[in-house]
Amino acid sequence: MSVTPSSALRPAVDSNPLATGSSPLAIGLLLIALILVPFVSSEYVTQVIVMPVLILGLAGLGLNLLTGYTGQISLGAGGFMAVGAYATYALAVHGGIQFFPLAIVLAGVITAAVGWVFGLPSVRIKGFYVMVTSLAAQFFFEWLFLKFPWFYNFGDVPTISLPPMSLFGFDVDGSYVVRYYFTLSLVVVLTWMASNLISSHVGRNWMAIRDMDTAAGVIGIDSKKYKSLAFAISAFYLGIAGALWGFIFLGTTSIGSFQIDRSFQILFIIIIGGMSSIRGNYIGAAFIFLLPLVIDHAAKTFVGDMVSPGFLSNLQKFLFGVLIIVFLIKEPDGIDKLLRQLTARLWRRTPTKKDNERGAQSEPNR
Amino acid sequence: MTLFIETLIGGLLAGTMYSLVAIGFVLIFKASGVFNYSQGALLLFSALTLVTFLELGLAFWLAVIVTIVVMIALSIAIERVVLRPLANRNVMTLFMATLGLSFVIEGAAQGLMGSEVRLLDIGLQDNPLFWGDILISEFDLIVAGGATVLVIALALFFSKTRIGISLRAVADDTASAQSIGININRIWQIVWAVAAVVGMVSGMVWGARQGVAFALSLVVLKALPVLIIGGFTSIMGAIVGGLLIGAGEALAETYIGPLVGGGISPWFAYLVALIFLFIRPVGLFGEYKVERV
Repeated sequence: MSVTPSSALRPAVDSNPLATGSSPLAIGLLLIALILVPFVSSEYVTQVIVMPVLILGLAGLGLNLLTGYTGQISLGAGGFMAVGAYATYALAVHGGIQFFPLAIVLAGVITAAVGWVFGLPSVRIKGFYVMVTSLAAQFFFEWLFLKFPWFYNFGDVPTISLPPMSLFGFDVDGSYVVRYYFTLSLVVVLTWMASNLISSHVGRNWMAIRDMDTAAGVIGIDSKKYKSLAFAISAFYLGIAGALWGFIFLGTTSIGSFQIDRSFQILFIIIIGGMSSIRGNYIGAAFIFLLPLVIDHAAKTFVGDMVSPGFLSNLQKFLFGVLIIVFLIKEPDGIDKLLRQLTARLWRRTPTKKDNERGAQSEPNR
Repeated sequence: MTLFIETLIGGLLAGTMYSLVAIGFVLIFKASGVFNYSQGALLLFSALTLVTFLELGLAFWLAVIVTIVVMIALSIAIERVVLRPLANRNVMTLFMATLGLSFVIEGAAQGLMGSEVRLLDIGLQDNPLFWGDILISEFDLIVAGGATVLVIALALFFSKTRIGISLRAVADDTASAQSIGININRIWQIVWAVAAVVGMVSGMVWGARQGVAFALSLVVLKALPVLIIGGFTSIMGAIVGGLLIGAGEALAETYIGPLVGGGISPWFAYLVALIFLFIRPVGLFGEYKVERV
């Protein structure tokens, strides 16, 4: 037996393309809600809950382009996020770029180039072998950014934080509201771009490669080109997410924020949220990010301070694992699919009074 | 020259420990096509169980037997609860399930048995031996000997026993094996149990070396490049790959390490694996597969 190609990540989602998109109304309402967040809630909610969920969702989107849509499984998400963060830092400190949005986009481009390089082996190999190359990337970056002081500007400790940079006339370290809106707008624009990309010929070729790359080759899709492209674009998104995570959310960061646990976290986001789903990334990010907070809170409420933090983190780990397995068994297409079924059901059965009466009478016939 | 030979031998001996971990992977992959990420977690779990029973005052051999029983029970539970509901799902789903499984096992192991570093004494001393001018670690030598015995035992198990032959039949062609009356679920349980016991042996060895703690489960990451070099389906490949990686890592750390600031061993093995992939994408002993549309 040998490794089966990446035919694996085929979602049921694509069977009905009409069912995948959110309605414009829902998107509009969600956007308004997100814009209102800083006005209606506290600084804590905006900065410690909504912002990280958006950024992790963006990272999930980056990985989903590669894993969910192109079928190349990767455990290097954390590494590429690190490249984005460190590239932003290098551009600011060594490159002298003062304008944060420019630095972050250039960092995305640099990460894309790096992702392209690490995607090269995938042209020849498949399945788990690709995963191992992504792990090679992950460990290489963890070593690189710690080993060479140039990356943290020869500081005494290997942590990085940006020099004062401007963000459309505001300081990047200034008000959380500015940072929130910057994150939100970047996330919205990038998500919109990704959603267009997926319905373009590029996205369709990716999905053909995912479903069976030999067959895709037979019908004339240049799978080398599109696989490399997927690696590059995925890395672009991950790089930007990494820079946002490091400097907009955390402020001061180090390679510790982008270790292999991060890669797993991003992978779990797309498994739980939904492979090959755009909004699934954000749903999954919310779930994965908030679950530990909920467990923490529940443990403190019900058991009190008796629980040691060590036990709590093991409990979290345990529950995470259980959830992953349950999702894979019960709902391999993630929360996104669950929600879609739920809304479809609600839509179909908005019960009017008449409906209920008829329903009760004709029950056996149904 | 003495340094070179010393490093080489040390590396080869350390490589047998990588091989041990990789064999656990190969067993499960061959029989069920599952890429078992939780092998590292199983390793941690078995080592922790062993340490816990030893601390309770059990004799060493008794603790080993109890641990083996626990690992077999765990394997059966895994097959029942995780693998059976996922039967016939694609390989990536199964892989991700074992990823989740590794979180469950690690969380449970540390939650139940504590997460501080514990010492495991398996009765081996690490005396330096001299062979001419060359220094060899006695511990490593005994481990290598033990690994050889284990591999021979496995080979006999696979070629001589009824269960072993059914295992190979399942690995060859699951559907035909099933149609001649081989109980696949039972085979999976056995294969996971065997892999768990191999994991226990590697857990004992690694645990005695570096203490029993969470880091033990990261050994799994060391085994991946070994699998790439050896191929996912070959026990021979796992052995040769382990030796190559062990020797390569030791030599690189000694000779290349100083040039780039050291600490390259976490990724050097992966680099070697990548170079191998370019030359032979299915590993040394892997089989090329003809793909049909």
